[in-house]
Amino acid sequence: MPTQDEVFEKVQAALVDALGVDDDEVTPEATMVGDLGAESIDFLDIVFKLEKAFDIQIPREELFPEDILTNSEYVKDGKVTDEGLAELKKRMSWADLSKFEENPRVQDFGDLLTVNDLCSYVNSKVGA
Amino acid sequence: MRWFWIDRFTYFKSRERAEAIKNISLTEEPVDEYLPRFPIFPNSLIIEGLAQTGGILVAEAFDFRERIVLAKIGSAKFFKPARPGDQLAYTARIDDLQNDGAVISAQAHCNGERQADVQMLFAFLDEARFGTEQLFNPANLLTMLRLMRLWEVAQDAEGNPLTVSKNLLDDEGTSQPMASIG
Repeated sequence: MPTQDEVFEKVQAALVDALGVDDDEVTPEATMVGDLGAESIDFLDIVFKLEKAFDIQIPREELFPEDILTNSEYVKDGKVTDEGLAELKKRMSWADLSKFEENPRVQDFGDLLTVNDLCSYVNSKVGA
Repeated sequence: MRWFWIDRFTYFKSRERAEAIKNISLTEEPVDEYLPRFPIFPNSLIIEGLAQTGGILVAEAFDFRERIVLAKIGSAKFFKPARPGDQLAYTARIDDLQNDGAVISAQAHCNGERQADVQMLFAFLDEARFGTEQLFNPANLLTMLRLMRLWEVAQDAEGNPLTVSKNLLDDEGTSQPMASIG
């Protein structure tokens, strides 16, 4: 079982490789989209690299809950409802959604994930 | 001009590896016009040839049902220019194959020397985001693959000759030949 440092190092290596960023840009607080410039296709690349690096399977909906974000039961006027937030928290217990909850606009969800969230997700998979 | 950037397949093993060759000729417009007085075959078209080799390898793994696009070049390194008279030998290997994409490692060699290394990510277009429109008319795709002599060398994963995909054959009788490729 990898330590948390080992998880971070491998996640960092995957992001450096996938996004063409420098090691020192990949800090725990960096957001994937805003700070590291990840585009939608990069996430598929990152998922492939993480699966290989950690020998895990990543169900896409665990990282990208588009089914919730496009469900009219959970979204009203472009914002995720309380029920939707509850579903998101259940699905993404490893992510820090506190900032998103303050103003849960669907359009902002894409820039939510940080490097730390990604490490937490991997930790939840490998039991670090 | 057809958008064919390989001349023919020389080896094809389903879900594993494809090899193809591309002969560089001074008569090709991109060679003649890319760098006047220094005729070389553009590296971007070597990437395209490797992507066609790898893309067909990925497409066949799904019996040509998925709509596959070259989504990202992870890295591309070129070691020497490709010049008229050269024959490039392309090899594409599947590194990862999943239901929403594939990773391909590809190389070009010329006279046994490494000419290019390219890592490519292919993605499959899903209906929810990209609708249902076809990228290729299946009958045209089949014609293209025949021109590239794929079926002469193709093997299934067990090494047996690969039969022509029914998905492509079914469309053949009802389509305009080669109308939309190129």
